[in-house]
Amino acid sequence: MSAHLSVRDVSLDFTIGDTLFSTSYLRAVNRVSFDLKTGQALAIVGESGSGKSTIARALCRLYTPTQGTITLDGQDVNSSQALSAQRDYAQKVQMIFQDPFGSLNPVHTIRHHLRRPIKIHNPTLSVSEIDTKILELLDRVGLAPAEQTANKYPYELSGGQRQRVAIARALAVGAQFILADEPISMLDVSIRLGILNLMEDMKQEGIGFMYITHDIATARYFAERTAVMYVGHMVEWGESDSVTQNPQHPYTQLLISAVPQAERRRSTETKAKKGDIPMWTPQSTGCPFAGRCLHATAKCETHMPGPTEIAPGHFVRCVLFSTAP
Amino acid sequence: MTFAKRFFGGLVKFYRGNPAGIIGTMIVALILCACLAAPVLTDNDPNKRVARGHQPPSAELPFGSTRAGKDVYTQVLYGGRVSLLVAFSAATITTVIALSIGVTSGYFGGRIDEVMMAITNVMLVFPQLPLLIILAAFLGQVGPFVIALILGLTSWPWGARVMRSQTLAIRNKQFITAAEVMGEAKWRIIVVEIIPNLVSLVAGMFVGTALYAIGAQAGLEFLGLGDPTVVSWGTMLYWAQSSAAFFVGAWWDFVVPGTVIALMGGGLALINISIDQISNPKLRTGRYLRIWRQLKAQVDAKRSQS
Repeated sequence: MSAHLSVRDVSLDFTIGDTLFSTSYLRAVNRVSFDLKTGQALAIVGESGSGKSTIARALCRLYTPTQGTITLDGQDVNSSQALSAQRDYAQKVQMIFQDPFGSLNPVHTIRHHLRRPIKIHNPTLSVSEIDTKILELLDRVGLAPAEQTANKYPYELSGGQRQRVAIARALAVGAQFILADEPISMLDVSIRLGILNLMEDMKQEGIGFMYITHDIATARYFAERTAVMYVGHMVEWGESDSVTQNPQHPYTQLLISAVPQAERRRSTETKAKKGDIPMWTPQSTGCPFAGRCLHATAKCETHMPGPTEIAPGHFVRCVLFSTAP
Repeated sequence: MTFAKRFFGGLVKFYRGNPAGIIGTMIVALILCACLAAPVLTDNDPNKRVARGHQPPSAELPFGSTRAGKDVYTQVLYGGRVSLLVAFSAATITTVIALSIGVTSGYFGGRIDEVMMAITNVMLVFPQLPLLIILAAFLGQVGPFVIALILGLTSWPWGARVMRSQTLAIRNKQFITAAEVMGEAKWRIIVVEIIPNLVSLVAGMFVGTALYAIGAQAGLEFLGLGDPTVVSWGTMLYWAQSSAAFFVGAWWDFVVPGTVIALMGGGLALINISIDQISNPKLRTGRYLRIWRQLKAQVDAKRSQS
């Protein structure tokens, strides 16, 4: 059973100033398009404020896109606001959060956290059926004595264990797509791989992932495809290996050169101009990276080219590669 | 089962190393039990004349008699029933209103929040005591039930603001977002996910309001705005004052109800302080003081040796 979550030309504006005569907006995400498929992972890489979490929240229906459409198997996701439609969608698309300490309610047991999603989406199950399902889930995410874990409170678990509970919660719903918003960035380095491998197993079982991160190494490890975002724009995307080994967009090159590596110290770090990261508004034009880019021309201030396919399945949005006049 | 275990576990944790909480609870429990057991503790009727006026305390009348010859001891016990009932019903009304308004407006935000907070702020800037006096005077001499209602309906705005700000803090936690993404209904998010996180605030607010209500009720009745035929701690003070107990030297007539009000207030305040220490652990000084004293004793011992 393969499903297809598709994002087309989605923009998201937020109100930042509201005076009597005018309202000013911030454009957090600007005309972004991508597809998620079951059994595959798409990594979204970018720095803080690049709009990567915002797009995940839009995919969870927490925000409604200002422009563009999100479709699940061809059906518009935001067409109905009814609770039943919301639940139907929630059953297919779930989210894992960055902060394992904030994503579980401190006053409830682990059992409560897993019982609710099961009960909401399978209202006919009996209490004992739900209970067996909870224990199954805890076993599946590697929280070994499931019975004991179920009765614990979040504060009794470590960060990695909590993140496993969060994954179990997404599985409890029976989600086909999981949006993982920096799921390992707040964990100890020693347990990151365990969580990544658990997600890898789930991917093999046919769940589609959107993996949001600022860590290019794990993006390459986990995801088949990678998209690089900068100030709400997708600037480069394609096969993970191709994007990380052969980065073409000046921003991607900068991002990858910023990864610390033992054998190559300060000397080879790609230089960038000390420009400001722009605040994007619906009226802004040009390339958002123009202010920091070493290759920037006058054209970059006014014109942002469309995608150019520089290698099979590898796209870049930059005038350096643009074939259009 | 697990709930009961958790509840009692929480109680033990609350009272351990918390003398303020223990003393406060003991005082409140003692007065509460004495008032509830009034028919067992005394044979007299609080409204009946049992002796001559203004008899000093004796073996027969432990707290003496009033000007009208009624037993002060019996009156304090029975009057406590009315006073405490008023205090706790006013606290219940206030807590329910403050909780529902604060949480609703904090969770939904936007227009709902604006309207509800506008009403709350208007209520908040009314000066409380004059409002109470005018309301009570306007309604004539009011019974305890009406006093409870007035106190309950006028003292919620402060609590509502506290609840709202705490809800705003919880609302942005990711477990609320997770529940929303899961497709949980809004009322369930409020009742099951948010409110259990507010328990210590709710308890603190309940005790604080009860404390305020005891004082406010006694004040209103002392000013003669209550129903003087009902025996309560406030009307006892009112009668003591109108029969010039102070000038004739019948100190027991006003010292006894005054002391009980002060004790009850002190007990509730002690409980309130210890609840505050749970919601804000920075206020917890006792343990650190003890550590400091131990360290100081060690240092002093070393100094005296050398």
